[in-house]
Amino acid sequence: MSDPYPVDHSAEHPVDFKTYIRICAIVFIAALCAISLMVFASYLHYTWPVKVTLILTIACFNAFMVAGFLMHLLSEKKLIYTLLSFTVFFFAGLLGLTLYAMSDFPSGTQLH
Amino acid sequence: MEIPYTVQPRPDTGIYNAKVGIWLFLASEVMLFGGLFSAYVLLRVGTPDGMWPHGWLDVRFGTLNTVILALSAITTLLAWVACKVGEFGKFKFFHACTLALAVSFLCVKMYEYHDKWIHYEIKLTDGRIADGHMISSDADSVIIEGRYVTDEKDLYDLRAQKNIPRDEIKIPRSAIASMENYGPWHNTFLALYFTLTGLHALHILGGSVVIGYLWGPGSRMWKTDRARFTNRIEVSGLFWHFVDLVWIFLFPVLYLT
Repeated sequence: MSDPYPVDHSAEHPVDFKTYIRICAIVFIAALCAISLMVFASYLHYTWPVKVTLILTIACFNAFMVAGFLMHLLSEKKLIYTLLSFTVFFFAGLLGLTLYAMSDFPSGTQLH
Repeated sequence: MEIPYTVQPRPDTGIYNAKVGIWLFLASEVMLFGGLFSAYVLLRVGTPDGMWPHGWLDVRFGTLNTVILALSAITTLLAWVACKVGEFGKFKFFHACTLALAVSFLCVKMYEYHDKWIHYEIKLTDGRIADGHMISSDADSVIIEGRYVTDEKDLYDLRAQKNIPRDEIKIPRSAIASMENYGPWHNTFLALYFTLTGLHALHILGGSVVIGYLWGPGSRMWKTDRARFTNRIEVSGLFWHFVDLVWIFLFPVLYLT
């Protein structure tokens, strides 16, 4: 008997359950490794800037796995990339202005 | 009236409208959390050496919640895949797993909040500070499980201190100059901690409501419009992955650095 309500398989991402199970397993194991590495790195006796850089680099890798594979950002449409480019630009501006403001003292004031 | 492009991609964008909508929403969410993260950077870098707390949050609970969210991201994706291949039973199972994991995350978070809520810093009239978790309190005395310190700086870097004593201490009310729990008002770190994790927990709660609806009453659409229902699962999944992404950065920033 044919399916009365067929799912539209013509959408952007071709789907195969077994393939996704494999992708999910790899992503989850990679996430577990990243989490373990972050916790391990936090106990290393490096200076604070080195430690923060190391931990956030691992966090970025973890985020890339989630965004790239689970959110399909590795194979998205141009519109989404355009939208995200604007977001990255404004986000960088937001952080950049904050960092700029940290050294922006009115003339004549003293830094303690 | 039929709403256009709920299933078929719009010719000019190449994707259906709800997906454009959720990405625009997520872009605004990036700016919302971005503002709070930049506030964290500003306040963290501006703090004098030795005055920023370390080890105040239990890394074990933070790690547990990170694993829970990572697993929930997987089950969310698998729920969408199950819809795509037309296996409604598997969809129900994976979405139920996501819901259970979301509730687990919130339970762990509540436990952590409660732990901070009953944690007190009590300044005594003789200049010492008693720090620990409240056991009981009445009109005459306060009993905590904790320790005495003479310098407030001794309370900041707990990771550098090994085997911190935890004794039951009874303090007469007359010996207390002031006492305050570890709520958001206690210091800058806790204000940021409660704001960032509280906002994130609200997102988890909101996402859970949507996922719960799609798992329960909303799943009736499976019988009438499968493709549209599948798209709804994808859109809610994208939101859920974003919430996971935010936590991926909150965890190291608050618990590990």
